[in-house]
Amino acid sequence: MSPRPAKPPGDKSRPDKALGDRARRRPAPESATDRLARLLTMVPWLLNRQGIDIEQAAAELQVSREQLEADLALLFLCGTPGGMPDDLIEADWEDGRVYLGNAEAISRPLRLGRDEALALIVALRTLGDIPGLTERDALDRTLAKLEDAISSAAAPAVAAASDRIQVDMAEGAQGEILAALRDALHRRRRVHLRYLVPARDESTERDVDLMRLTSAEGRWYVEGWCHRSAAVRLFRLDRIEAVTVLDVPGEPPQQARPRDLDAGIFQHSPDDLLVTLALAPSAAWVADYYPHVSHEPDRRGPDAPGAGAGAGAGGTILRLHTADVAWLRRLVWRLGGQAVVLEPAALAAEVAQGAAAALTAYGHAEPVH
Amino acid sequence: MVAAKTERLLNLVICLLYTRRPLTRAQIRTSVAAYAATTSDEAFERMFERDKEELRELGIPLVTEQIDTLFEDEPGYRIDRREYAVPELRLAPDELAVLALASRTWAQASLGGPAAQALRKLAADGVERDESSIIGIEARVRTIEPAFDAVRAAVVETCPIAFTYRTNRSGEVRERHVQPWGLASWHGRWYLTGYDTDRADTRVFRVGRIEGEVRRDGVPGSYAVPADHQPRALIRLQARDGEPVEATALVRPGAGHALRRRATSVAPGAGRVADAAWDVVTLPTADVEALADELAGYGPDLVATAPPELVAAVVRRLRGALAAHEGGTP
Repeated sequence: MSPRPAKPPGDKSRPDKALGDRARRRPAPESATDRLARLLTMVPWLLNRQGIDIEQAAAELQVSREQLEADLALLFLCGTPGGMPDDLIEADWEDGRVYLGNAEAISRPLRLGRDEALALIVALRTLGDIPGLTERDALDRTLAKLEDAISSAAAPAVAAASDRIQVDMAEGAQGEILAALRDALHRRRRVHLRYLVPARDESTERDVDLMRLTSAEGRWYVEGWCHRSAAVRLFRLDRIEAVTVLDVPGEPPQQARPRDLDAGIFQHSPDDLLVTLALAPSAAWVADYYPHVSHEPDRRGPDAPGAGAGAGAGGTILRLHTADVAWLRRLVWRLGGQAVVLEPAALAAEVAQGAAAALTAYGHAEPVH
Repeated sequence: MVAAKTERLLNLVICLLYTRRPLTRAQIRTSVAAYAATTSDEAFERMFERDKEELRELGIPLVTEQIDTLFEDEPGYRIDRREYAVPELRLAPDELAVLALASRTWAQASLGGPAAQALRKLAADGVERDESSIIGIEARVRTIEPAFDAVRAAVVETCPIAFTYRTNRSGEVRERHVQPWGLASWHGRWYLTGYDTDRADTRVFRVGRIEGEVRRDGVPGSYAVPADHQPRALIRLQARDGEPVEATALVRPGAGHALRRRATSVAPGAGRVADAAWDVVTLPTADVEALADELAGYGPDLVATAPPELVAAVVRRLRGALAAHEGGTP
């Protein structure tokens, strides 16, 4: 007789099914050992949270409610040898609150495995590198304690590999600026920023009520309510030229909501311009760097516009949204013919005019080379 | 099937943690219901051997000890409780807050699952967190590169790999054979460092430029990584090589803010373009081509004046852009 839980496990059981991750990873069905590892972690967690609301527990354990119920039903069938009713784990969730009992043998969590330890150690060291970000002291204490929690089977691999996986978040963190912003966040003070907008080649002044500091895609940003634009704005720390913490309370208005950055830092708005570029193979990196609508091989004939510049043979047609034509002109100038604006025509004309004007300036500049 | 097997494995874990003394196979067979239900010794042996290995792979310290029985030594099995469980760490509230922040760092990345699981283990005791020291701060790592997981596994296990790679400058696509050393995220992108066995030299690869599958090309542990290897340092070194030279440019007044910030000097109105006074901006550069990219981006607001190879590089870009866009509507 093979007893089974009342409901089959749902397919939402993978805790690593990261939302917003655009990688083409399909959640594989959970294996018996993966599920065992999850249960061995779940039991001590629940034992210390007797009576927790089942929805809350499912959310924190990153499984669906159905999955959690199936897990509890399975636990209910397990226990110490003997198979008598009082040998079995007690699990009760009938009133929407979860109670576990009689699970003494597995009441402590299993030590950290290789990837679990690596993930935390690499992240803690990353945080420790950031100038003035966290108390070094707390990080060092935590790293030391973590060592004791690693399974002895995994410890050698973790020790060898943890130095060889690194995340650099310190570059561009602008120590002094970061420290000033943290101070303002902490004391809930408004800040005055001198902020560079390179795409428009403009230096701007603005007062901001801060919401959070966040590192995303290798850069630091501060998000806050910008009084100049009366909206929530993200500012790149490496473009903040100066910051002054004002002696004014900096509480963002009620309607200010942080942006959901899970899908990436670049998010286009409906009135953005749609641009089509033909990229030569040597400019294929543009597709890696900038979010785009589509990205396909250039199948146009050898006489197509831009084909003479290298596109057309192994090139790419890239379509992207931009709020900022100035930024795109700059990109195309620097690519020096490796990228051709196919649409819109007005933008292509601007690129040509700007390049011609620049070349004329070379003829009229002193000292002349 | 999965549920039945999970149940069997969990009963085995509980049984071997619960026992004070090592249990013989026969004792284990009678203690775990699913084993008791097997119809032949062979079926039980096969099942138990496989289960034992799978538990060890999970990091469960299942130990084998010789039991002195009446006639001969027989292997006995138990799980070492002290080795099994996370010890009492007595995490302070600020330590737990730091751990939670570290765990969230991977939330959108491939290690998100293990990171969350690790935090659940360490926070099982339900200690309060004190997040006041890290208020409003988030750190995020992303791993959108399809090859990331395979490359990471190879780095951790020191296993040689082969993959198809597209180089940056030429766009050329080639098969590469690499002994992986390290993996680092720099400016938001993941890089693999290692020894390229075809080129017999150390190399840095952008993980995002690996096309298709990463294949294992040898045995884990078959080479040694230099003890002092620092992937970040190698990547930084690669990113900026060459001696810095001094570059100068005429910049239209009010333009070139980013350049002025890095400039060693700015002489307002010290240069002339046609009839207008432009500013002379001087700045150091270690990479003339990279600076030329940036300067060409200023279009008609900037004229590079030195060194000559910089001027030539900027002019080449502008001519290229003009040629590609001339002739009105494409």
